[in-house]
Amino acid sequence: MAGVQVANVSRSFGAHKALDDVSIDFADGGFYALLGPSGSGKTTLLRQIAGFDFPDSGRITIGGESVERVPVEKRRIGMVFQNYALFPNMSVADNVAFGLSVRGEPKATIAAEVQRALDLVQLGKLGGRKPHQLSGGQRQRVALARAIVTKPRVLLLDEPLGALDKALRVDMQIELKRIQREIGITTIFVTHDQEEALTMSDRIGILRDGRLVQEGPPEEIYDRPQSEFAATFLGDANIFRGNATGSGIKLPDGTTIAASTGASVPAGARASCAVRPERIQISTGAAKADPANANTLKGQVSKRIFAGNNSTYFVERDGQTLKVIVQNTGAERLAEGQPVVLSWSPDSTVLIAA
Amino acid sequence: MATTRILEGLGRFYIVLLLGFLYLPIIIMAAMSFNASPFYQLPFEWTTDWYASLWQNDQLIAATWNSIEIAVITTLISTVLGSMASLALYRYEFRGKKFLQALLFPPIAIPWLITGTAMLIFFFGVGIGRGLIAILLGHVALALPYVIVVVSARLQTFAPELEEAARSLGANQWQVTMRVTLPWILPGVIAGGLFAFAVSFDQFVVSYFLSTPGQTTLPVEIYAAIRKGFTPEINAVSTIIIVVSMALMLLTARFFKFGGEK
Repeated sequence: MAGVQVANVSRSFGAHKALDDVSIDFADGGFYALLGPSGSGKTTLLRQIAGFDFPDSGRITIGGESVERVPVEKRRIGMVFQNYALFPNMSVADNVAFGLSVRGEPKATIAAEVQRALDLVQLGKLGGRKPHQLSGGQRQRVALARAIVTKPRVLLLDEPLGALDKALRVDMQIELKRIQREIGITTIFVTHDQEEALTMSDRIGILRDGRLVQEGPPEEIYDRPQSEFAATFLGDANIFRGNATGSGIKLPDGTTIAASTGASVPAGARASCAVRPERIQISTGAAKADPANANTLKGQVSKRIFAGNNSTYFVERDGQTLKVIVQNTGAERLAEGQPVVLSWSPDSTVLIAA
Repeated sequence: MATTRILEGLGRFYIVLLLGFLYLPIIIMAAMSFNASPFYQLPFEWTTDWYASLWQNDQLIAATWNSIEIAVITTLISTVLGSMASLALYRYEFRGKKFLQALLFPPIAIPWLITGTAMLIFFFGVGIGRGLIAILLGHVALALPYVIVVVSARLQTFAPELEEAARSLGANQWQVTMRVTLPWILPGVIAGGLFAFAVSFDQFVVSYFLSTPGQTTLPVEIYAAIRKGFTPEINAVSTIIIVVSMALMLLTARFFKFGGEK
């Protein structure tokens, strides 16, 4: 087991900068998600860490050892591919045994280790099957067993759950997390699914256009996004743009929004505020003067989407559509077209430098 | 309903006609190799004399062994070289790769007569001259493009992540090739090998240019024998060749079908 350090790594393909001066510290034993839209460089970064591709500049260390010029077969990593990449000509057991067998381990050791790995992923009895006889979830488990049986220093997963249907995905998320805890391996996990990143990882790194946008625990990124991109890519956010006042921003129409978290932006500079839809109260009456919900805006419901446990209201206000999520508490539902007052706390408002 | 049945009947009739066109001459020749009369006289009288006298024909037997040896060596060399070339073309990007790939096809289309003439001139030019070595070299050159085309086609169905997965598990290039890539392309390699064997074993034109009276292959020897005077011995040896060739082609077809599965 080992931590992974990526320091100032850049990689270009022709004129395209796939990675631009990226630095991240992956702590030993942590579960790390690299999150970003397609083309953000997350897979390129994973391939640098794996050793399929080498950076143009920068350093990569695994367990303190500098590896940026070490090819993948010498890096002692485990990798799970998006389409699993199981060897079609081999049985499940032979697939799992492959890494030990190319190392020349004795047959008895291999058999025992393979069985342990298959038991760990709960496929103990399917060693004799061929990959094409397995379901998607089972293939995923075989790929995982194959990647961890060699006791790699770090486990790399490239959108491993992307090919599974929703229900199986949730099962596999839990399963993957359990296995990762059990063996305590440093895990780096590439995904474009924000929910997956939020629920599974200890820390998230958000990438965009080859740059690391923000990095930290899921709660921190969700509660204190440092950019509009981070705010809207990880979860939903209402963004207000205006000029900083020192304690919030002033919108072009003169409305002020108070913010007590986020960046400090000098008064007068361009800035924005992000508010999560579930932090906003929605009411029909006149707003009560409530210091806890000091930010208020008037608007009109344009659409309501009922989702059982909650409803999403789209509220039109000065040409902007705001999103408000209201838990289903049995309270009266608002009709489309109804004038409403939105209110929320400055504590729920994150100031973002432009 | 009635029209469908008529069409079906016509279709069947057509297939019978087609197969008759393909196989009737061969069947007659095979039958005559067992007929006692050297002048194809009927009634048919069963004999294996021609096969027996074929056995006494040292020249024909020597040529047969030459053909088999050359075909086997051609198969080995061109399959190994061709598969390696296919892998290189699959894995690596290099300058002039597209051009090189384009150059692989014309030799299949160039008439063997022309290839044979060119080879004869070339082999004399470089001092190899005629003989079994020249024939072998010629056959390898003829067979190589077939192997490359067949193996490359199979490689197109190979998922490159499999090689990456193998490498991530610590396998070196040799282990990756032998344990992951080769098993996948094996049906293509075998089919390519059978093609190479057929190209060499059935080869007349190029062999004719490159052989000398003592050093010759079976098809050339048969041609020479026919010019001297036709005997049912030729029918006998031809029948044997047809059986061998057809068996090989059926095997090829079988491996091609394997290639289509999975």
